Amino acid sequence: MPETIKSGLELRDVQVRLGGRELLAVDLTIAPGEIVTLMGPSGSGKSSLLGHICGTLPDAFEVTGQVVLDGKNLDGLAPQDRHVGILFQDDLLFPHLSVGGNLAFALPSHIKGRTDRRARVEAALVSAGMDGFYDRDPATLSGGQRARVALMRVLLSEPCALLLDEPFSKLDSGLRSQIRAFVFDLCRKNSLPTLMVTHDPEDGVAAGGRVVELDG
Amino acid sequence: MLRFIPILTIVLMIGPVSAGLIGTILPAFGILPALGGTTPSLEPWLALVAQPGLGASIRLSLVNGLIATFVSVAIVMLFCAAWQGTRTFHTLQRILSPILSVPHATAAFGLAFLIAPSGWFVRVVAQFTGWDRPPDVAIIHDPWGIALIAGLVAKEIPFLFLMTLSALPQADTARTAQVTASLGYGRIAGWFKATLPRIYPQIRLPVLAVLAYSTSVVDVAIILAPTTPAPLAVRILGWLSDPDLALRFMASSAAVLQLLIVITAMAIWIAGERLVAVVGGRWAIDGHRFMQDGAVRGMSAVMALVAAGTVVLGLVVLLVWSVAGFWAFPDLLPRGFSLRLWARELDAIGNSLTTTLLIGIPAVVIAVTLVLSCLENEVRTGKQAGRRAMFLIYLPLLVPQISFMFGLQVFFSLVGLERTLVSVVLGHLVFVAPYVFLSLSEPFRALDPRYGQTALCLGASPARVFWRVRLPLLTRAVLTAAAVGLAVTVGQYLPTLLIGAGRFATVTTEAVALASGGDRRMIGIYGLFQMVLPFAGFALALMIPAVLFRHRRGMGAQNKG
Amino acid sequence: MRSKMRTFVSALALAVGLATTTLSTPAFADPAPDVGNWQSVLDQARGQTVYWHAWGGEPRINDYIAWAGEQVRERYGVEVVQVKLTDTADAVTRVLSEKTAGVDDGGAVDMIWINGENFAAMKRNDLLFGPWAEQTPNFAYVDVEGKPTVINDFTVPTDGLEAPWGMAQVSFYYDTAKLDTVPKSAQKLLEWLVKHPGRFTYPQPPNYMGSTFLKQILTELVKDPKVLQQPADETDAKAVLAPLWGYLEDLQPLLWRDGQAYPQNGASMRTLLADNEVDIAFSFSSGEVSSAIEAFELPDTVRSYVFENGTLGNTNFVAIPYNASAKAGAVVLADFLMSPEAQLRKQDPKYWGADTVLAMDKLPKDMQDAFANLDLGIASLAPSERGTVLPEPHPSWMSLVETEWQKRYGVVQ
Repeated sequence: MPETIKSGLELRDVQVRLGGRELLAVDLTIAPGEIVTLMGPSGSGKSSLLGHICGTLPDAFEVTGQVVLDGKNLDGLAPQDRHVGILFQDDLLFPHLSVGGNLAFALPSHIKGRTDRRARVEAALVSAGMDGFYDRDPATLSGGQRARVALMRVLLSEPCALLLDEPFSKLDSGLRSQIRAFVFDLCRKNSLPTLMVTHDPEDGVAAGGRVVELDG
Repeated sequence: MLRFIPILTIVLMIGPVSAGLIGTILPAFGILPALGGTTPSLEPWLALVAQPGLGASIRLSLVNGLIATFVSVAIVMLFCAAWQGTRTFHTLQRILSPILSVPHATAAFGLAFLIAPSGWFVRVVAQFTGWDRPPDVAIIHDPWGIALIAGLVAKEIPFLFLMTLSALPQADTARTAQVTASLGYGRIAGWFKATLPRIYPQIRLPVLAVLAYSTSVVDVAIILAPTTPAPLAVRILGWLSDPDLALRFMASSAAVLQLLIVITAMAIWIAGERLVAVVGGRWAIDGHRFMQDGAVRGMSAVMALVAAGTVVLGLVVLLVWSVAGFWAFPDLLPRGFSLRLWARELDAIGNSLTTTLLIGIPAVVIAVTLVLSCLENEVRTGKQAGRRAMFLIYLPLLVPQISFMFGLQVFFSLVGLERTLVSVVLGHLVFVAPYVFLSLSEPFRALDPRYGQTALCLGASPARVFWRVRLPLLTRAVLTAAAVGLAVTVGQYLPTLLIGAGRFATVTTEAVALASGGDRRMIGIYGLFQMVLPFAGFALALMIPAVLFRHRRGMGAQNKG
Repeated sequence: MRSKMRTFVSALALAVGLATTTLSTPAFADPAPDVGNWQSVLDQARGQTVYWHAWGGEPRINDYIAWAGEQVRERYGVEVVQVKLTDTADAVTRVLSEKTAGVDDGGAVDMIWINGENFAAMKRNDLLFGPWAEQTPNFAYVDVEGKPTVINDFTVPTDGLEAPWGMAQVSFYYDTAKLDTVPKSAQKLLEWLVKHPGRFTYPQPPNYMGSTFLKQILTELVKDPKVLQQPADETDAKAVLAPLWGYLEDLQPLLWRDGQAYPQNGASMRTLLADNEVDIAFSFSSGEVSSAIEAFELPDTVRSYVFENGTLGNTNFVAIPYNASAKAGAVVLADFLMSPEAQLRKQDPKYWGADTVLAMDKLPKDMQDAFANLDLGIASLAPSERGTVLPEPHPSWMSLVETEWQKRYGVVQ
């Protein structure tokens, strides 16, 4: 990853429209390691905003404004070139790959050599408390384990920003605080500007950062 | 470069069809220099109208085709409504592939032997009634064409069932069924009111393809349909085969008429859809629950099983014929058995199987590649191909073969492409690609787009996302589509014969030639030969994902297509 | 963007290149062989591949053709590939579409097994190569005097455009286990049917065999048979054909399925007999019936017979299209098919059971003996049992009959 000044994720006057109707408008800057929570009712365009930031928003939406990451304007860049990671409600672990395969998929290509790559993946598994899970079938993991693997996968791709689309809503309540802590710790440790979209106020509280309320 | 594939595909589909249609329309209006026709005239049409029984032939094609399609659709819908999710459903799903591998003509022959007055069912009855002669009743070739409808329905049900199966996962049918049940609706009513409107748009094109086939079928009609007069398509074939070459003009105008019949049938069907939509819309909210639907459920199961059973039983009976010595009426089994014919044919089969694969495998590979490229292009550009574009890809399925085959033969001769393997493969591709598209587009589009988005955001290039994520997730769907494509190419007769100019002897060309000899033994043997390759294709489509992903439980749910 | 243009252009170039290589005409011009100089024909034929378009519905015939192919490959270096047809007209269509496309050389069809109306149509439209047949060496053995149809195909002179291959004569057959006596004339057939309604039918015209049945009846009932040898005269036609229609008026209601459905060809009719749906059927070759018994299609109690006043007979031929790619090879093959050795094997019911076109007295002694000692098969008719052979009418009569039949009986609903 090029050594740039980490200035975080800037959303400069970003307005999302669909069919002429304005869905939402934000203007904020997220510093590295900061977790900003976006709260609002369904249909308010929260997921569309995330889609726009990571570059996968369908053409039907009209978006104005700029998205700048670490000083670089993301407009027009393909999703794979943006270094923006995203976590969804569902873990979306690839069912045809093993746990280790999923993680290795995310490793950037500049890490070469089988042993090197395997070592990285194993290290990630260890740090998630899932030592020895390399060859496991993702379908055999528990909900909490899958969430952790999903996060490790995103982090292994060396993103410069992280987007969270209601990532804890499908977890059991008992598990939620555990996984929340896990995710937020790693975000802070890796100095990732993180934007979380949720309708659960407790997520915002646990994140400990700014909470932006959107109107419907 | 991916961007040009959809256009290329459309050109490959429309090109041959248009060329063929031109080659048919021109002689229909009197222009065929080789026979001295150089000025346009309406004479062929006048000659056609003067043909005795033309109205009856048109009626047989149009009405019976519509009825056969309607019955097939109704049975499939009722069966899905009544039995979805149950064991009966899964059982029928499993025997689906073998039945799909049976060629239409073979199924028709089997059915013909089962229900004919000298056939097996009557022989069973004759055991009790002591008949030593078959009753002189027209069961096959009956004047109303019921036998034809039965033969068509038996083979169309499995195909429509397969298409419906690939549309169901998208419609969240299990949960919908739960909701309607909890609202007090009977199974069938709930399915018809809530699920059918959602999946019908997905299966409309296969239904139209089935309709086009039923109204223009030739081989099944020759075996089962009335002969005085025969349906129009059969008569066209007769006119094209007449030694009096001047009849070619009239045959061409009849082929254009056949095309008009298909178009009319489709117009009637779509008008019917609109009507059903209006009436159904009111019915859906009128509150009737139809909770007592046990009888209808049972009936739908019986009908589906009868349809499947007929094909299977017909196949078994043909198998017995293939090893039979002389088999007289009213014997239930032949007096003697002999493997002599099998021994002789097994020697010769190697060549035709090789030729079939030589044509079939490139056709299927190219078709799958084109279809995957088109679908992948859709995902990457974020734009779904317009309805019109889709219709063009399905054009070869909707235009009756007999209406453009002769023209296509002339066209290939003109460009000197006749008789080359390339041209035969292209000729097959025209028919294989639409079926592969039909089979693959639903599963492809139904794949959760977030997998692709996640993979892109993880830094993978679009190509990597396709090869490493989307394609593996679609393994079974792709293999099934390939198996469908293989079944289509194996069953092609006119393209191989006409474009290949007889140079390519496939299993099907051999089978059709031998069928004209009328020996049920040969028909049985070659019918089974024709089944071997598609059946292997479907078996592989089941086995390969099972082996590849034996340690991946998540892949079972994914590969519902 | 640049790399995308590059890939597109290279793809286009590749496509154009591929197209041009496949677009070049695959076949090469084949000059007409000089049939007068037989050695030159043999030289030209060596190495050629003859695509012989022949009906493929009968495995025994296919086997015979394969055998013939092996023989010419060994002796003359000519490869033979049988293109199995369901209908001879398919080959005629192919030649016609090639002529339409201007393919006057290097055509796909090298030889066709043909006769009757198909031949007349091809001759009329200049679709045949020749003349060549009468200059081949083995034509010397052909029985031109005793079997006039070898140079007159349904009264149309062959003009050397086709070589005779086999003789055919209409014969009827039945199961002796089920019937004791059989009707041996058109009138007696009608009387028999009154007593056994629904136990007879014929293939639906314009199928070859169905038309033959109508021709047989017509020939028997017409007042002056010689009229049929001339082209049909529209004005007299009605009077000439009247007896036929009168007969059919009585016959049709007595037919199988009340004349509402018909078998579509001779093979289907044979199946009807095997299934005990009808009691009497007919074919063009009693040897074929023996073959069918061998192939388990009929019980071994089936026997053949002819009508007492004679039945129609004709010849079938092989012809070469004007644009064939392997004319010399085809000529060599046709010549071999007329050889005594090939004709002997053809007549042997173990292999086929069709009658020869050769004259016995023109053959060498050992061949004459071989023919005489041939076991003709249980359902075949010995030459002495054949009765009179009636000549086929001119094709124009058949067109009239078929058209009228279509109008009267082709539509029952």
